[in-house]
Amino acid sequence: MNIHEYQGKEILRKYGVTVPNGKVAFTVEEAVEAAKELGTQVCVVKAQIHAGGRGKAGGVKVAKNLEEVRTYASEILGKTLVTHQTGPEGKEVKRLLIEEGCDIKKEYYVGLVLDRATSRVVLMGSEEGGTEIEEVAANTPEKIFKEEIDPVLGLMPYQARRLAFNINIPKELVNQAVKFMTSLYNAYIEKDCSIAEINPLVVTGDGKVIALDAKLNFDANSLYRQKDVLEYRDLEEEDPKEIEASKYDLSYIALDGNIGCMVNGAGLAMATMDIVKHYGGEPANFLDVGGGATAEKVTEAFKIILSDPNVKGIFVNIFGGIMKCDVIAEGVVEAAKQVGLSIPLVVRLEGTNVDLGKKILSESGLDITAAESMADGAQKIVSLVK
Amino acid sequence: MSVFINKDTKVIVQGITGGTARFHTKQMLEYGTKIVGGTSPGKGGQEVEGVPVFNTVKEAVETTGANASVIYVPAPFAADSIIEAVDAELDLVICITEHIPVLDMVKVKRYMEGKKTRLVGPNCPGVITADECKIGIMPGYIHTKGHVGVVSRSGTLTYEAVHQLTQAGVGQTTAVGIGGDPVNGTNFIDVLKAFNEDPETYAVIMIGEIGGTAEEEAAEWVKANMTKPVVGFIGGRTAPPGKRMGHAGAIISGGKGTADEKIRVMNECGIKVAETPSVMGETLIEVLKEKGLYEKCKTH
Repeated sequence: MNIHEYQGKEILRKYGVTVPNGKVAFTVEEAVEAAKELGTQVCVVKAQIHAGGRGKAGGVKVAKNLEEVRTYASEILGKTLVTHQTGPEGKEVKRLLIEEGCDIKKEYYVGLVLDRATSRVVLMGSEEGGTEIEEVAANTPEKIFKEEIDPVLGLMPYQARRLAFNINIPKELVNQAVKFMTSLYNAYIEKDCSIAEINPLVVTGDGKVIALDAKLNFDANSLYRQKDVLEYRDLEEEDPKEIEASKYDLSYIALDGNIGCMVNGAGLAMATMDIVKHYGGEPANFLDVGGGATAEKVTEAFKIILSDPNVKGIFVNIFGGIMKCDVIAEGVVEAAKQVGLSIPLVVRLEGTNVDLGKKILSESGLDITAAESMADGAQKIVSLVK
Repeated sequence: MSVFINKDTKVIVQGITGGTARFHTKQMLEYGTKIVGGTSPGKGGQEVEGVPVFNTVKEAVETTGANASVIYVPAPFAADSIIEAVDAELDLVICITEHIPVLDMVKVKRYMEGKKTRLVGPNCPGVITADECKIGIMPGYIHTKGHVGVVSRSGTLTYEAVHQLTQAGVGQTTAVGIGGDPVNGTNFIDVLKAFNEDPETYAVIMIGEIGGTAEEEAAEWVKANMTKPVVGFIGGRTAPPGKRMGHAGAIISGGKGTADEKIRVMNECGIKVAETPSVMGETLIEVLKEKGLYEKCKTH
């Protein structure tokens, strides 16, 4: 789960990570008010969306007085920002962070992330702050330093110190940087983060180590024990169909094509998208109904697929293991009746109770095209939507 | 022969009194798996499907002589259950549970360092040795005994591959689902090593998906060590970056973990990659024919 920068900074502040003073604003008036309260000479007006690359897209402006705050706030609020992470459709800005300006002497990068190869959390740092870490990794990998963290010990002071020296933090500020990184690690562990990225971390003219930006992502599997994090969820940043799907425990991701897919199992669901594309079609979604789907869940899944106006046909691909084919068939029939299906539907059933499932479909009187295999089904749906 | 499990494997079911566990205990018993006990704290002394229930894993192991366990415990408690099984010195622990917090698994892996227990999963369909022992949630009837090993990050794609093989008259030794989580126990290389050493396994299908670099590392290992043919498939070729495709581990991040990159490395390492998921079996059979192994692998 993603949260906004200002929310991430709120969390980090509680853990003792130094962040600039700032306030969130939903309107231009609130933005001006926030700037007044901060009382600093210079303010930064920052667009709050769940995507990086805001600066380049014109979503971050430095204001030298309240008038400029007003100008920039009205300019950015309501604007659709297109960055390399938003996709071509961009994201509309609905919140701003008004933050005190600071005297940046140098920018660095510090981040915590899970390293799958070692099954450990890794602290990464670089003196190439402000740019995408992936770019640094590709162009100058020698400028990235890593410290692997033993979960029993946590981040040891010597590790944070070594990283600070490696990335050339001025030596009189190393102790401050160590405290910064330790606090960041504590937040990462206690809040079940999956990413905690400070880019840039800055050293200021008056000798402070500050998180100028903050990107926190959270492990979706841990949200049951992170109720306060869950409160930061911004539904406006998510696809409404994905929100609806999550209510029914369905794993759904909206895509750009016109063939709706309903599959059991994440691997098979991905492979189904692949095979649709292989035969020249474009999947409209990824949808895993899971192993324990009931007829009701299948019905909801259908409604969600059909709520996408681009969908011109549906491909149901089920390999029943635990999931029984007759249950799926009943769900499909029920859904088709409820929603009044008017577009082509191809169903491929295999596995547990397959004969019973096929019988239910053929006796339903619905216009369903049966497929013998995944490939057969994919070819049929592709030709039907053309 | 087979890998990890066989007809002599004695299994306990952790969390046996839950609905899912009860259902699968029955299925596993019907397949012929030796389920010798189960655990459910506070329910010791009861029976499920005729199987005795114990309060602790230690007690269950001491009483029944079990050497493996399968875990159906809900996610918030699953890491504790894995550690309990490792502490009881079982040879093999298979964790079916999905949605375990990643940082819990980081601790589990740290605890397991230097221990003898092998963990398969979590978030996996389990392990099955055809006609001998089924531990997990896969449909038993699609498997036939034979000479092909299957290893996969995805449950339903494993079924798909096994089904294609069985339909084509090619049986399997063992099918291992290693699970779709970013931090798991047994990895591709562990399973490939075991298949390489198993005299009954003549060839292997390896099914991966987007996210991480486990497939690339496994491919390099195959190139350097494997004496048997391996074919592959990678799911998620068309998945957009930055989106988690159901499995916690299936996400393309920072340009890493794409299907194209995995396929490229696998091809380079001599692993033939099936063009689509519906030709995994066919692709293997082509390779078996090339290597003169087809006749030996045919079951009928």
